[in-house]
Amino acid sequence: MRRSKYERPAHLGQASDGPRLKTSAMIASLAAEGQRTVAAPFGHALAKLAEERPEIVGLSADLSKYTDLHIFAKAHPDRFYQMGMAEQLLISAAAGMAREGFMPFATTYAVFAARRAYDFICLAIAEENLNVKIACALPGLTTGYGPSHQATEDVAIFRGMPNLTIIDPCDAHEIEQVVPAMAAHQGPVYLRLLRGNVPLILDEYGYTFELGKAKTIRDGNDVLIISSGLMTMRALEAAQKLADDRVDVAVLHVPTIKPLDEATILREVAKGGRLVVVAENHTVIGGLGEAVAGLLLRSGTIPPGFRQIGLPDEFLDAGALPTLHDRYGISTDAVARRIREWL
Amino acid sequence: MQPEPAASPHDRSNVSLAERAYRIRRHALRMGEVQGQGYIAQALGIADVLAVSYFHAMTYRPNDPEWEGRDRFLLSIGHYAIALYAALIEAGIVPEDELETYGGDDSRLPMSGMAAYTPGMEITGGSLGHGLGLAVGFALGLKRKNSKAFVYNLFSDGELDEGSTWEAAMSAGSYGLDNLIGIVDVNGMQADGPSTGVLNFEPLAPKFEAFNWFVQRVDGNDLDAVVKAFDAARSYEGRKPRIVICDTRMGKGVPFLEERERNHFLRVEADEWTKALDVLEQGYRSTEGRA
Repeated sequence: MRRSKYERPAHLGQASDGPRLKTSAMIASLAAEGQRTVAAPFGHALAKLAEERPEIVGLSADLSKYTDLHIFAKAHPDRFYQMGMAEQLLISAAAGMAREGFMPFATTYAVFAARRAYDFICLAIAEENLNVKIACALPGLTTGYGPSHQATEDVAIFRGMPNLTIIDPCDAHEIEQVVPAMAAHQGPVYLRLLRGNVPLILDEYGYTFELGKAKTIRDGNDVLIISSGLMTMRALEAAQKLADDRVDVAVLHVPTIKPLDEATILREVAKGGRLVVVAENHTVIGGLGEAVAGLLLRSGTIPPGFRQIGLPDEFLDAGALPTLHDRYGISTDAVARRIREWL
Repeated sequence: MQPEPAASPHDRSNVSLAERAYRIRRHALRMGEVQGQGYIAQALGIADVLAVSYFHAMTYRPNDPEWEGRDRFLLSIGHYAIALYAALIEAGIVPEDELETYGGDDSRLPMSGMAAYTPGMEITGGSLGHGLGLAVGFALGLKRKNSKAFVYNLFSDGELDEGSTWEAAMSAGSYGLDNLIGIVDVNGMQADGPSTGVLNFEPLAPKFEAFNWFVQRVDGNDLDAVVKAFDAARSYEGRKPRIVICDTRMGKGVPFLEERERNHFLRVEADEWTKALDVLEQGYRSTEGRA
């Protein structure tokens, strides 16, 4: 007989021991309470960019509202194409429109693009190097709905695809700059989209996004965290906590996972003496961590220590995001705790 | 540049469609001979449909295959490349002497059709079930540009097995893509055997009708019938995508290949290519006067 993953909770029918966290909404914000956020930065940036670039069209597979594309659709209704809940068609039609000279932004969830539409992205778009931008919400562990919606291996799936540029932005400030940069780049791009109320952090660091460039957000002498996506936010928060313990942490943000900014990563690691920790919102298999590890080994640049913070090679639990981020080691506290252990 | 008034290619020449079809078959057989293999049975079967497409229905400029005003011909079935190359050669888009390179290293004519290799090859086929979805995108794009061009998508009965084909069929019907003409080659044979035994797609016409398409089903080796169907597909005034379901005979035009045990990948012995070319010519000459 198949067994349930969990036993029936023992406390049922007994007096409550206080409030429990509930499963986060499908589209839960990643922002901590009181954190500054921007609503739908992708949708607003795309709607604005489309005013200058008439070739931009938007397509979604019944998820425009959940990928912030509805903002674009409202601003440019005649340039929005609803393709229905049909991801293979979404990608094929985007490819066809690109062949006719348009620049399609196609949106869905990362799981559906990576798992269901892979063949179509590979052959209809990447093989011809077509100018299609694929923006996908719920990358990595950003929903509590379980493996059907958690794209824990999307980067591993896409890294092997020639011609495809992969971008994993950290916050709203970055997404606003990523959108025009994606359009300026000739060729297919996969964007790990943060949607809804997206945290705003990097403006305080005077950061600017450049496609293909890794940038030092914070310098430090003891630990070098190399991170992408929302893990750069976690790395910066963890660095502050660790500073209280007199641990000096640098954070190198690598929003472009492919092509990798090898020169900058090697230069930072070669400064020497620092524990290198690669942090990503993705399984430890096949993502940024292994990309950096391979780079370091190939170039003979060996740091005193190398560690990965990422999701385990498992199908992850359902539940509340804060619980899950802590359980799987990508919360700020978990990052700080593990780095202390490694020092 | 102002486009010239579009002339239907068949007005440019007094060569009959029957001769075009014969010559397409001959080019295909010659490529098969070069490589000693190829999906020749499919090429012989679809040659009449290609003759009607390239020498009756479609508008294009042989010396400018990317001309904006052209009708787009999307070959979904990558392994039918040998057939399309034969048509492109006959249409003057690919020079005839290039057929000597078919399937060779550094050739513009690889065994499976790819957009990056061949002038006039609009898409990369081969991973079956891609064509119709791409065609939806081409058709939507052309409509955005207020183009009068048609999108033709040739796909196979085997591709009816792919769910993506039906996603695209539903979308084309939903968008009312009246600039899209689908052509299904029902030759009845897939890799593992007879098509309807692999996965029964019949009754086919009612399926497309239910998806809001204008549907015709014809004998794909009857030139007159195919011409009529293509004319009707282009002139139909409803706001619907159009489909011409073409029942074809694999190996058509070379009786000893037609009669060979039906197989997805037809084996032809080394000494049979010349014989096939001879038989094809004899067959064509014997019917020429009666056309």
